[in-house]
Amino acid sequence: MNLSDSKKKLALAGVLSGLVAVCLAVFGNPVNMAFCIACFVRDTAGALGLHQAEVVQYARPEIIGLVLGAFIISVVTKEYRSTAGSAPMIRFVLGMILVIGSLIFLGCPLRMVIRMSAGDLNAWVALIGFILGVGTGVIALKKGFSLGRAYVIHKLNGGIFPALMLGILLLALFTSLLKASESGPGSMHAPLILSLIGGLIFGAVAQKSRMCFAGSIRDVILMKNFDLLTVIASLFVVMLIFNLASGRFVLGFNTPGIIAHSEHLWNILGMYAVGFAAVLAGGCPLRQLILAGQGSSDSAVTVLGMFAGAAVSHNFGLASSGTSLNPETGELVAGAVTSYGKIALIICIAVCFVIAFTNKREGAKS
Amino acid sequence: MREVDARGLSCPEPMMLTAEVLKNTTEPVKILVTEPHQKTNVEKYAKDHGRTVVSNETKDGFEITIS
Repeated sequence: MNLSDSKKKLALAGVLSGLVAVCLAVFGNPVNMAFCIACFVRDTAGALGLHQAEVVQYARPEIIGLVLGAFIISVVTKEYRSTAGSAPMIRFVLGMILVIGSLIFLGCPLRMVIRMSAGDLNAWVALIGFILGVGTGVIALKKGFSLGRAYVIHKLNGGIFPALMLGILLLALFTSLLKASESGPGSMHAPLILSLIGGLIFGAVAQKSRMCFAGSIRDVILMKNFDLLTVIASLFVVMLIFNLASGRFVLGFNTPGIIAHSEHLWNILGMYAVGFAAVLAGGCPLRQLILAGQGSSDSAVTVLGMFAGAAVSHNFGLASSGTSLNPETGELVAGAVTSYGKIALIICIAVCFVIAFTNKREGAKS
Repeated sequence: MREVDARGLSCPEPMMLTAEVLKNTTEPVKILVTEPHQKTNVEKYAKDHGRTVVSNETKDGFEITIS
């Protein structure tokens, strides 16, 4: 089974993924979020007690399902490869940047597309930054950027990260050890089993279609190849139809209740950092989870960096706040980027440049 | 035969190396990759550029001969 060898199959993969996101939105996930890798990693980090933001703590079964779905399908279709050894600590830092940048914008590239499909113009503004970030990563690639080779290692190594995810699932199912929000975004979720099944399907489809939000734009810029963009475009269309049909499409900048803000420069810079870091890491946050599921310990380290980034974002007040309505006065309270968030983001972008232009492929000109 | 060892490299490096070598020669070339999706991508790229492809699985990946 291969979903990546024709545009029709890739479009089908996008439609399937879009339908999963639609179901999750209908059954309780936060409005205009449906499926967000950065937000769900952040929530899961909160459930584990890695940060203390009480409104965003919930072990999201979607994240567990994504990794396990990719693991199972890769084993079944003999695509599982246990590999490691390509600059793990740089990948850890890139994972941190992926989530810090996402939480400045308030969403990963997947949620950016979902927000775009719901008429959120802030997400369209952020897309500019994402494309520029991917473009900067492509310039680095053309100048010989590489994090070096990964090597095939004992097959058990690649199974450790999926096993850890299974462990979190068991804790969620059979204990009360994990934290769970009683209000705020963390309290809004589809039933556990439905979220898990959604994650498993999404993970399997993403593994077979090579779905990657950064890769889709990277391939267009680098190779004039529109294959991966087909998946993303299909997902966008499905979500757009759903939002229009269900009355959830609201065109505007300051829409309360959708966990977004209208600080345009920081939306652009947030997704610039994410696009840049994703190209350097070889894939967007979703792709990192999928690669970790199919045996890459390097991507597993990147995901651990994403968890650390989520913890840092909330422990140090880097994450932005969303525009909301004051429940007592009914006034619009604009969402905002924090001062610490702005400083951290500038550091993140500077770190990306250092990584991009100091790590060269063997034989590349310096 | 020219050989490009792209084993263990992250995407899109195997594709970039393949594109570069195919741009510079019409002779047969051998590309080594680790991951199945990289094999698929390299095969598709070569076929899209009018080349014929034969692939074999090795103990640590795939050997793709493009002629």
